[in-house]
Amino acid sequence: MSERRDVIVIGAGANGLAAAATLARAGLAVTVLERSPAIGGLRRTVEFAPGFHAAPTAATSGWLPPALARDLSLSVPVRTVPDISLTVALAPGDFLPFPHDSRLAADAIRRHSVRDAAAWPAFTAQVGKLAGFLADLYQRPAPDVATTGLRDVAGLLRIGLRLRALGRADMAEFLRIVPMSVRELLDDRFDCEPLKAAVAAGGVRDLCQGPRAGGTGFVFLHHLVGAAPGSVRDRGYWRDGPEADVAALDALARRTGVTIRTDTAVSRILVHDDAVTGVALATGEELAATQVLSTADPAATLLGMVDPVWLDPELVHAVRHIKFRGATAVVLYALDALPERTGLPAASLAGVVSLTPQLDALERAADAAKYGDVSEHPHVEIVMPSVRWPAVAPAGKHVVIARAQYAPYRLKNGETWDGARREALADRVSHLIDTAVPGFLDRVLHRAMFTPADFEARYGLTEGALTHGELTLDQVLFMRPIPGLAHYAMPLTGLYLGGAGAHPGPGVVGAAGWLAARRVLRERTT
Amino acid sequence: MPLVLKTTPFHPRTAPLVRAQTWRRWAGYQVASAYDPHPDREYAAIRNAAALFDVSPLHKYRITGPDAVRLLDRLVTRDVTRCAVGQVLYTPWCDGRGKMLDDGTLSRLDEGTFRLTSAEPNLRWLTMSAAGMDVTIEDVSERTAALALQGPLARTILETVCPADLRALRYFRLLHGTVRDIPVTISRTGYTGDLGYELWVNGERALPLWDALVEAGAPYGITPAGIWALDIARIEAGLVMLDVDYFSAHHALIPDQLSSPFELGLGWTVSPGKGPFTGRRALHDERTRGRAWAFVGLGIDWDSFERLYRQRGLPPQLPTVAWRGSAPVHVDGRQVGYATSGCWSPLLKTYLALAHVRAAHAQPGTGVQLELTVEHRRQRADAVVTPLPFLDLERKRA
Amino acid sequence: MTARRYDAIVVGAGHNGLVAAAYLARAGRRVLVLERRPLVGGAAVTEEVFPGFKFSVFSYVVSLLRPEIIRELDLPRHGLQILPLESTVTPLDHGDYLASWADPDETRRELCRHSPRDAEAMGVFGRLMQHMAMAVKPILSMVPPDPGSLAPSDLAGLLRFGRHMRGLGPERFHALFKLMTMSSADYLDEWFEFGPLKATKSASGIIGTFLGPRSPGTAYVLLHHYMGEIDGAFRAWGFQKGGTGAISDAIAGAARACGAEIRTDAAVERVLVRGGHATGVALASGEEIAAPVVMSGLDPRRTFTQLVDPGELPADLVEGVRRFKFRGSSAKVNLALAGLPEFTCLPGPGPHLRGAFSISPSVEYLERAYDDAKYGDFSRRPYMDIVLPSMIDPGMAPPGKHVMSIFVQYAPYARTGGWTDAARDALGDAVVETLARYAPNLPSLILHRQVLTPLDVERITGLSEGNIFQGELALHQLFFLRPVPAWARYRTPIRGYWQCGAGTHPGGGIMGASGRLAANELLGSAAR
Repeated sequence: MSERRDVIVIGAGANGLAAAATLARAGLAVTVLERSPAIGGLRRTVEFAPGFHAAPTAATSGWLPPALARDLSLSVPVRTVPDISLTVALAPGDFLPFPHDSRLAADAIRRHSVRDAAAWPAFTAQVGKLAGFLADLYQRPAPDVATTGLRDVAGLLRIGLRLRALGRADMAEFLRIVPMSVRELLDDRFDCEPLKAAVAAGGVRDLCQGPRAGGTGFVFLHHLVGAAPGSVRDRGYWRDGPEADVAALDALARRTGVTIRTDTAVSRILVHDDAVTGVALATGEELAATQVLSTADPAATLLGMVDPVWLDPELVHAVRHIKFRGATAVVLYALDALPERTGLPAASLAGVVSLTPQLDALERAADAAKYGDVSEHPHVEIVMPSVRWPAVAPAGKHVVIARAQYAPYRLKNGETWDGARREALADRVSHLIDTAVPGFLDRVLHRAMFTPADFEARYGLTEGALTHGELTLDQVLFMRPIPGLAHYAMPLTGLYLGGAGAHPGPGVVGAAGWLAARRVLRERTT
Repeated sequence: MPLVLKTTPFHPRTAPLVRAQTWRRWAGYQVASAYDPHPDREYAAIRNAAALFDVSPLHKYRITGPDAVRLLDRLVTRDVTRCAVGQVLYTPWCDGRGKMLDDGTLSRLDEGTFRLTSAEPNLRWLTMSAAGMDVTIEDVSERTAALALQGPLARTILETVCPADLRALRYFRLLHGTVRDIPVTISRTGYTGDLGYELWVNGERALPLWDALVEAGAPYGITPAGIWALDIARIEAGLVMLDVDYFSAHHALIPDQLSSPFELGLGWTVSPGKGPFTGRRALHDERTRGRAWAFVGLGIDWDSFERLYRQRGLPPQLPTVAWRGSAPVHVDGRQVGYATSGCWSPLLKTYLALAHVRAAHAQPGTGVQLELTVEHRRQRADAVVTPLPFLDLERKRA
Repeated sequence: MTARRYDAIVVGAGHNGLVAAAYLARAGRRVLVLERRPLVGGAAVTEEVFPGFKFSVFSYVVSLLRPEIIRELDLPRHGLQILPLESTVTPLDHGDYLASWADPDETRRELCRHSPRDAEAMGVFGRLMQHMAMAVKPILSMVPPDPGSLAPSDLAGLLRFGRHMRGLGPERFHALFKLMTMSSADYLDEWFEFGPLKATKSASGIIGTFLGPRSPGTAYVLLHHYMGEIDGAFRAWGFQKGGTGAISDAIAGAARACGAEIRTDAAVERVLVRGGHATGVALASGEEIAAPVVMSGLDPRRTFTQLVDPGELPADLVEGVRRFKFRGSSAKVNLALAGLPEFTCLPGPGPHLRGAFSISPSVEYLERAYDDAKYGDFSRRPYMDIVLPSMIDPGMAPPGKHVMSIFVQYAPYARTGGWTDAARDALGDAVVETLARYAPNLPSLILHRQVLTPLDVERITGLSEGNIFQGELALHQLFFLRPVPAWARYRTPIRGYWQCGAGTHPGGGIMGASGRLAANELLGSAAR
C-alpha cells in the first residue's frame, strides 16, 4: 500500500475514535483498526433478540470530559438526567427511590430514618464536590508524583492547591474517603440499611471486592465524576441514543480524514530494534506505521500483541499481575411489555434499580468471589434502556439490562464457565428480579447471558474485566496501568496505550485515548 | 532436626579429608575451604599436576522446549542463536537497566537442551523471562553433581579412565562420555585459567566418579582442593566472582552497587549484533557512551609494600589466603576506585588485586595506590594497573 | 489542691505515657504519671495470673520499640533485655510444616522444600522491604504536618514530607504506594506462590485490624510489622525477659531516674479545664492535682470524650473522634501448661519450641476466619500466633511447667449477642480445639486457662473496643489523619492538654514513638 500512514490506532471504541480524531486534527494520517464488524467498542449495542438492542458492556452512559470536547471542538450529545437515578428494592413491590433533588430524596428517606433524611443533602453535596476534584484530575495526564521535572512539580503544586481549595474540612474528608471502605463511609453517616446498601453498591461496581474493602470509597467517587448534583449513581444518559457519544466521535474522526477499518483484527504489533514498525493482522497482512496507539487493555496489548522478548521481564511480571478480575455478569432481557403494578415509581424506570437492600448481602455476594465461587445471591442492578430510548426495542416492548455481581472470571479448582453454570446464574438473576418486580418473568421473551468468560472471548477483555483493570488505588492515576507506564508511552518506541487501562480509566468517555494521542503529538514534535 | 547446611553428593569422600575442619558455606552447602590447614599444596596442584574440586553447589538449570533458544537468547548478553551443539558459552545476564544479575556457563547439551550454571539461584528470573514462551525450566542443582579437574595433568589423568578423544575436545566445548562406564558430561571449562575439565554427573553416581578419578590420578599427584586454592587461581585468571567482585542487580541496595558487563571487563560478552535481550537498549547506549567504571588488575609494587612494613619494623606480611572485601584505590590522593579481591600469587610472585576503577584510570600501566592496613594503620602501597588475566597460560586453550 | 506543683501530668502509665513522662522529666520538668491500675504498663504488663505462672497478659512480643528511645533513655540499664524469638513455624493440615529459622541458609533450604522460586523471591523481597522500611522510617519520627494549615511549621513539614517522598525515586515511591494501598494477600501474590507462606506473611497484615488479608490497606500493616525486623532495635521479634511488663518497668525506671513520679491506683476521672486551658486533673477519689500541662496517653475516644467534656471541643473534632475506627478484633488466650505441647508436624523437643507458631495454613483460612467476624461472631477456626515464653525465659513458669501465649483473631468486639461468659468459654474452646488439631496433647496439658475477649481487654486496660493499637492502622487513620485531621500534632484545642497515645501518629505496637514525639513537640513548643 502506498498511502501515507503515520499512526495506527487499535480499536474503534470511544478511546480509539477520540485518539484518532485528536491525531488527525493535527494533520496526521491515521488508520483505525477494529476487530468487530462495527465501531463503538464497549459502547456498541448488539441485537440480542430480533428487534431488541442493548450494549451488554455499557449499561449506563459515561462522562464525556468538557476539556476533551473543547479541545476537539466536539459537538457534545445532549444529556438527559432522570429525576430518579437510583432506586433500591426493599421487598417485593416495595421500593425506595433517591431523586437527585435532595429535598425530594430526603422526603423519601424520612420514611425510614429522620436522621438520615437530614444528613442526605449534605452528603450528596459533599461527595459531589469531592468527585468534582477528581473530574479535574481526569482531564489531564496523571500527576507524575515521582519525577523531578519542573513541569511535574508545577503540576503537583497545582493539584495541591486545588485540593486545599476544597476547604480544610472537605480536603481532609477527601484524603480520608479515598482509601476507606464505602461501607465505613456510609456507616459514619447513615442508619438506614437499604440506603447504605444501594449507595455502597456504587463503590463495588465491576470490582472483585465487597463494600468493606478499603479503596471502595474511591471507586464510589470515581463513578460519580460528572454526575448530576444530588445524584449518588450514574450520570444520566445521552438523549439521542446509547451510542450518541461514539457517534459524535466517529463523525468527528471521519470528518478529519481518519480511515476506519472494521473486521480487522490485529494479531501482532511489529517491532524492530526496540521500535514499533507496524502491525500484523489476523489475515497475515502487515501494515507499516512508526506509531501504534492501542486501546486494547494493557495485558491484551503488551502480552497479547508484542513479542515478549522486547519487554523487560520485570515489566511483563508487573503487567501479568495487573488485577483485572472481571466479576460482573450481564443478562439482557427482551420483554413483551413492562410488568404492571410493580410498585416501582414510574420515574425510577429511567434510572438504576438496585435489588440489594442490605450491606451484608452485598458483602456476602462478594465473599463468594474470594473463594472462586459465583454468588449464591448475586447483587443485581437493572436498567431499562427502552424507557430511555424506545427505539432499542420494537414498539411497546422493552429491554432490561441486569448487571450481576459477583461472577468471578477465575473459578475455584480451575473450573470453567460452562453452559450449565451460565444458565444457573442467569436463572438466579431472573428469579431475583422476579421477586423484586413481581410478574417480570412472565414478560420475558428472550434473554442473553454474558459472563466474564464471554466478555473475554467476544470483546478481547482480559479476564472479562469491563474496567481494563480494577479501579483499586494501586491501579489508578500514576499507578495505571502499572507504575512507571502511566503516561501512555509504552517502553517500545512508538507504542502507546490509550484505552481504559490507562488513566483516567473506565467510564470517562474518550479521555484516555485523547490524552494518549496528545502524548503522541508531543513526542512527534520533540 | 536436619542439619543447617546441605552436603554435596561427594561429602562422604571429602569430609574425612578435611583435616583441619576448615569448612565454609557455599550456596547453602557445607564445602571445604581447604583440605590441609593451608592451601599451598592444593594451589600447587592446580598449576603443576591436577586439582580436584567439588563444585556441586553451583546452581544448574536444564532448559528444554521449542522456545529454549529464544528464552536463553533473550536472557543472556551473548548470541545463543550461534551456540552450536556441544558448545559452552561463558556469559553474564542483566536486568532491564543492563546491570549484571549473575554470570555462568551455558552449555548446549543437544539440539533442544541447554544447561545454565549460575552462582545464585535464578529460577525465578528464568521463569519471569520465559513468560509467554513454550519452554521447560528445571532446577537440576541437587541431582547433578559436578567436579572440576584442573591442572596441566588433567587431560592425562582423564584419558586413563575416559575412552573419548579428549585431545579433540576444544576449549569451551563439551562431550557426553563415560568415566569407567559412569555416564558423564565433560566440558573443557574451569575457573582456574588452567588446562582443565568439568565433569557433570548424576548425583547417584558421584562417589564412583570421585573414586575413579582419585585412583587414576594418584600416580599423577591428583589433589583434592578447596575454595581457598580455587580463589587464588581465579584471581590470577582474572575471573570475577558474584557477591565478591560485584553484586547482583537483584540484591543491590543503591545504584553504586550495580555493575554492567562493560564495567566488569566483560564487554566482549555483549554481542553487538544479536536480537533482543534484556538490557539491550541500555548496553547499546553504554557501548556508545562509554563505560563509567572499569574492572582491572592491580599488581602491587613489592618495594613499596615492603617499605610500609619496614617502617614499622616488621617483615612484609603477605595474605596466606585470598581476601575478599573492599580496599580503596587512590590516584593523587583522590579515591578513584576500590579493590574487591586480592592474593599473593605463588606463581607470579606478585601481590595481585582485582579492582573497580573509574574508566579514566583503567589504562594498563597507570600508577595507583592501594589502601592496606599495616599494623593497625592505614597505608597506601603503590600498584600498577595490569591487563587481565594476570596469568594467561597457553595450555588453558591448547 | 495538693501542695506540690507539677509541670506536667501524664494520664495513663502505658508505655507511651511512660516514654513521654521520661522525656519530659529528662528535660527537667516535674512530671507526675497517674495510672488507674495497680501496676504500670497498660497493655504491656506481666502478671502472675495463676500461682507460679507469669504472663505477658496482652502484648507479648516486641520488635518495634524505637532504637532512639532505647538509646536516649538508656533502657538496658533499667532492665530492658530482649531474648531472641528465632523461628516461626506454620503447621500445615497434612502434617507438614513451613518454618523460617534464624539462619538464612536454613530458611532458604526449608522454603526450597515447598517452592524454590519463593525461596529465591524471598531474597529480593527482603531487599525491597529493607528499602521500604528506610523510606518509612523518617516518617515514623516526623510530627505529621497538617495539609490544611497555612502555618509556617506545617508548610515546612509538608515540604519536608514531599521532598522525602520524591527523594525516594520513582521505583521506591511506587513500591511504597503499593504497600500503602494494596491488600497483603494481593501484594504477596506478586512475589510468592506457596499458599502457607503467603498466608503466614499476610497474617501480620491483619493483626489488630478488622480486615481480612484480601482487604486493601493490610499491606501497610505488613510493612509496619516488617519495620521492626529491619529497623527495630532487635531486627527480629523478641521476647522481653520477665515478660513485656518488664519493658514498661524499664521505661518507668528510666522516668523515675529522671525524677518523674508515678502513682498507681490513681484513676483520673477528668481533666480540669478553665478558660480553654488545662489546669490539672481530678481523680476518681475526688483528689485534684494541678498542673499547667496534662498529657493523655489514653486512646482518642477517652482523651476527647471522656477525660474532658466534648462540649469544650469543636464539633468537627468530636465527630471525627466518633468516626475513628477501633473495632477491636483480637483476643488473647493464656494457658498454664503441665508440660510441653507436642506438635504433630515437628514432634519432640527442639528449637522450634523457642519460636512462634502461626496458625495460618492458607489465605483462604484467614479469609474465612474474617468472614465469621464480619457477620458478628468470633472465628470458628481463628488465626493464631503462639509463643511459649517459658521456653525462652524459664522464670515465667514453675520448673518443668510452661506458659503459652495465644494471640487470636478474629474476635469482634461487637459480637452479636455480646460477650457473655458462655461466649468467652466458647471462644476459648474454639482456640484449644483448633490448636489441638496440630498439637493433640495440648488439651491434656492445660492446668489453667485465661481468655481475654476484646471486651475484657477494654475493661482491664481501658483500650476502647479492645483495639490493641488504640485505633485501627488503616490508611485513613494514619499520619496527619491520626486520630483526626488538624489534630494529629499531639495538641488538642484545649491549651495545655496533649495526646501521646498510640492513637496518634505513628501508633501501634510497643514502639513508643508517639510518646517520644509528643513529649518532644511539647518541649519544642515551649521553647519557641
